[in-house]
Amino acid sequence: MAVAAGRPTDEPVPENPLTAGLERLPVPPTSLVIFGATGDLAKRKLLPALYNLAYEGALPAHFHLVGVARKDIGDDEYRRECEDAIRRFSRRKPDEDVLKSLLDNVRYVAGSFDDETVYSELCTVLDQFEQEAGEALNRAFYLSTAPSFFPVIVERLGSSGLARADHEQHREVRVIIEKPFGTSLEEARELNRRVLSIFEESQVYRIDHYLGKETVQNMLAFRFANGMFEPLWNRNYIESVQITAAEDIGIGSRADYYDKAGALRDLIQNHMLQLLCHIAMEPPVHFAAEEVRNEKVKVLEAIPEPTLTQVPEIAVRAQYGPGHAGGEDVPGYLEEEGVPPDSTTETYAALRLEVDNWRWAGVPFYLRTGKRLARKITEIAVTLKPVPHLAFSQAGSLGVQPNQLVLTLQPNEGVSLLLGAKIPGTRMSIRPVKMEFLYGTAFLSQSPEAYERLITDAMRGDPTLFTRNDEVEAQWRICDPIVKAWARTPGPLPQYPAGSQGPNEAEQLLREADHWRAI
Amino acid sequence: MPAGEALATRSDAVWSEHDTTPDAIEAALRELLVQVHGEHREYVPARVLNMIAFVDREWSGEIANRLRGVGRYHASRLLVLAYEPRRERLDARVTIVSEGASAPGGLALLRETVVVELGDRHLDDLLTIADPLVVTDLPTLLWSPHGHHEIVAELLPLAQAVLVDSVEEPIAQEALTRACELSEQAYVVDLAWLRSTPWRERLATTFDPPWLRRELYMITGVTVRHHPASTAAALLLVGWLASRLHWRTGSLVSDGGALVGATQAQDNDVAVRLEIAPELQVPGLESLELVTASGMHLRLSRGRGGLRAHRRDSNGTEREWTLPGASRGEAGVLGEGIRQALLRDPTYLPALEAAREMVEPPGERRPPGAAQPATEERRATRS
Repeated sequence: MAVAAGRPTDEPVPENPLTAGLERLPVPPTSLVIFGATGDLAKRKLLPALYNLAYEGALPAHFHLVGVARKDIGDDEYRRECEDAIRRFSRRKPDEDVLKSLLDNVRYVAGSFDDETVYSELCTVLDQFEQEAGEALNRAFYLSTAPSFFPVIVERLGSSGLARADHEQHREVRVIIEKPFGTSLEEARELNRRVLSIFEESQVYRIDHYLGKETVQNMLAFRFANGMFEPLWNRNYIESVQITAAEDIGIGSRADYYDKAGALRDLIQNHMLQLLCHIAMEPPVHFAAEEVRNEKVKVLEAIPEPTLTQVPEIAVRAQYGPGHAGGEDVPGYLEEEGVPPDSTTETYAALRLEVDNWRWAGVPFYLRTGKRLARKITEIAVTLKPVPHLAFSQAGSLGVQPNQLVLTLQPNEGVSLLLGAKIPGTRMSIRPVKMEFLYGTAFLSQSPEAYERLITDAMRGDPTLFTRNDEVEAQWRICDPIVKAWARTPGPLPQYPAGSQGPNEAEQLLREADHWRAI
Repeated sequence: MPAGEALATRSDAVWSEHDTTPDAIEAALRELLVQVHGEHREYVPARVLNMIAFVDREWSGEIANRLRGVGRYHASRLLVLAYEPRRERLDARVTIVSEGASAPGGLALLRETVVVELGDRHLDDLLTIADPLVVTDLPTLLWSPHGHHEIVAELLPLAQAVLVDSVEEPIAQEALTRACELSEQAYVVDLAWLRSTPWRERLATTFDPPWLRRELYMITGVTVRHHPASTAAALLLVGWLASRLHWRTGSLVSDGGALVGATQAQDNDVAVRLEIAPELQVPGLESLELVTASGMHLRLSRGRGGLRAHRRDSNGTEREWTLPGASRGEAGVLGEGIRQALLRDPTYLPALEAAREMVEPPGERRPPGAAQPATEERRATRS
């Protein structure tokens, strides 16, 4: 294609001296193509995120959006759909002028994802953008479709030449892939193989939107910007680590997806193992993509792959039964609309994992997640070992309990520390008290949505907050035996009442000294 | 309307006392916080930033209105020292407000506003009045929107950052000199600088493509059009370019309604022209034009929904596009100023120094035979 011929030269490119001190770093001129552009994720998250980036002046100098989906509509109708989605789901009320500026650069290509004409039409549209801009534009292909389409789209991008970067023209090509990245180790490997047969790993951005949350990034700041915790952060001082991602809601209208996925695939394989990595990883030398991801992979590789016979000892699953939530009677999972009455999909999963390395050997990492639990909370509780000797009488008091450091990710992001304190009075009686810090009290800025950060990073070519191929496979290596063992075990599953703390069976995972924190 | 009342969006607790003392005010603050937190456990005090505003009492309502517009960027404790020269006694009002009820399971943040009305007789001991009323260990931002430079000097030991607006000083050179002097003692947040942020960001973005970066080192001309009272903002923008691109700045002189001059880049001179844009209704910049030795011409100008960009390449090809972004308005700029008190921009001071060099008084930088110095011209224009 003819784009500003002769501009690229062999001379080394100087750094951009104007970026120093800027909070918002420049994003290269980009055409973003969303496959699955009329879907729920695009409407609820991606389009509002793009609008908010436009509002803040954070989009590239030249930015074009192309929606691709089966729905047979034209550019204007798709722009109207974009506008509706932004008005409905944006975190801020739209500024009409900014909205218009964004929508002016939106196009739509209708067709099936396996139809070659879609890709030739896409080529034409992308070339037109470059002609208008007078320069090569980076291309980012966002796969916001059902996972079964990922390999099809990637291969069509390859065969149509759209996956090819042109370094001479400074045109980078990137592919952003939504979760789930496979539903088993075998699938993940096969998907990686097919994606990497077309794209370089450096072009692939696998989304785990948890990584885009400020709260998750704060975990690294908490650990590596504060000297007081790191000396304690090892097996000598830490008794156990407990990671909880509890939801008070049921599956809603997502039966079709959820009954195929279950709690382990939905949250533990990706989000919760990421949290574990952030807690357990060694400090990277630099906060750079490969260094951070290398450290996370080391943690995952240190977690022994369970054998099928070990699974019952380290993993528990259950389903919510009828119960109460928010003062209302609610149905059990098997009574939810769209769920097969004999479903053996777990709505609760708990694991006990170990990280077999010098720092963590012998420290259990408990992970649990579930729907229809007592309340919504995501937290990481680090329990320290008890004091070696107690000089105080415990009679008449709650006694001295081990210190517990709790990182809460939601709903109120913060850090709390349980300490022993003297109860006022003449006796030396001790009870635990809570020292609490809430992030919300200490900052003026509003956190951006995870997708705003992730889309920007992908366009800028910063993969730090994305999952690398070996990371995904390492996650699956841990979870795959559990999935297989559970598939071989007939139902029905243990039940826990909706609105409760979860199944009693989860207690069997705990070592004698440990207990689950109240949800 | 007293400033404290005007600032309260929703009053949760109020205390006031005539002829009071700093100790009594501080005790009242503590009691009110305990009371509010006791009644509503989910209400917790924000602990981000102290802000001390020294204002003329007769204009305190206007300041209250400006602060009300800053959205979420309120200081967590605002101490308004409302000055009325002949006032004999110290009156105070404490208001604790929250931005509405929390979501279930969430928290609601409380902000404290303390308004102390004082007079000439209190100025000698101002530090001892303000000191007990700021939250220890929080950064403190000092703002004196009605001048009172001597008061700023008095209160500076309490503050880590000072909020100024260089476009509000009648003479740009004096404003920049004052900002330089303040920078030696505290971090300066200059609203005039913040008004140029979108321009700096868009310029950095526009020149970010690798094939365009070299053009930055070939700039031969810069023209900035600005609001009649925003010369300082235009100077800061050119100062930023000069400091980032290592130009040797030269003095600007008046040329009709404009300021003109030349600075030296590594391989060529850069003609600088600052023009007044009488049509611009709000403080800040109207447009920026850059010309390069290769023949490229770039113009950024205010437009609907963002900055409008126009580029003419050396081969004569012309293109126009919009760089989307919402206007923050003056309230947004003030809010950004408060937020910036918690950050540090390493490029401001070099830009400020370069800007000041362009308007330094005669005898220091002015080349021999140059025309009337820019500062005098602007003094005449202003009057």
